[in-house]
Amino acid sequence: MSTRAAWRLESLGFGEVYEYASGKLDWMAAGLATDGSNRDHPRAGDIAREDAPVCGLRDRLGDISERAKARGWNAAVVVNDERVVLGLLRSKELAGDPNQLVEQAMRPGPSTFRPFVPLHEIAHFMIEHKIENAPITTSGGRLVGLLLQEDVIEAMKKAKQ
Amino acid sequence: MPKEIDRDEVRRLVGTGAQLVEVLPSSEYDEEHLPGAISLPLRQLEAHAIELLDRSRPVVVYCWDSA
Repeated sequence: MSTRAAWRLESLGFGEVYEYASGKLDWMAAGLATDGSNRDHPRAGDIAREDAPVCGLRDRLGDISERAKARGWNAAVVVNDERVVLGLLRSKELAGDPNQLVEQAMRPGPSTFRPFVPLHEIAHFMIEHKIENAPITTSGGRLVGLLLQEDVIEAMKKAKQ
Repeated sequence: MPKEIDRDEVRRLVGTGAQLVEVLPSSEYDEEHLPGAISLPLRQLEAHAIELLDRSRPVVVYCWDSA
């Protein structure tokens, strides 16, 4: 769309026309300020839990399950050395055969959200699809934190007060 | 020929007086836009570009992304 606009402006006599092709998504992904009605809405990155347990593909499920439980978690995010999200272990997967490797038990390709997405746009999706938690990632797929449905609902309640 | 630029170049150009234009529908602009941007939806470009923009100054256009 911006390409067409840039060319059209040039044809209308504008001599110096630039196209920011990566656009608004790139701007927001960089965490830069924006204006508009969404500005004051809480966003995924604001409440994502950065201390969520992480593990690797070759870890033993039983070890991860115990480690998560000891820290009060019922989920763990599967990442590689670059912290790119490869999968997710929710409560159901963590309760599986403890001798399995994580890569055999994990839920591959979980739904992820970008940090700048307003919570009101996520809440409905999480509830409708019964998603307990979802990784928040950069546009490069790197883990920012884990978003919990209960935190989303709580934040939405606070925002309405 | 319009030149494609990155985020840093956007900031530099706007800092030196370029006009920043969002060409998405106005409802999307109302929700969220880059600071200092004006709304000029693609469908209204022909009708309003001349009155809203200064042809003697650089113009930077953007939408969501390149898709």
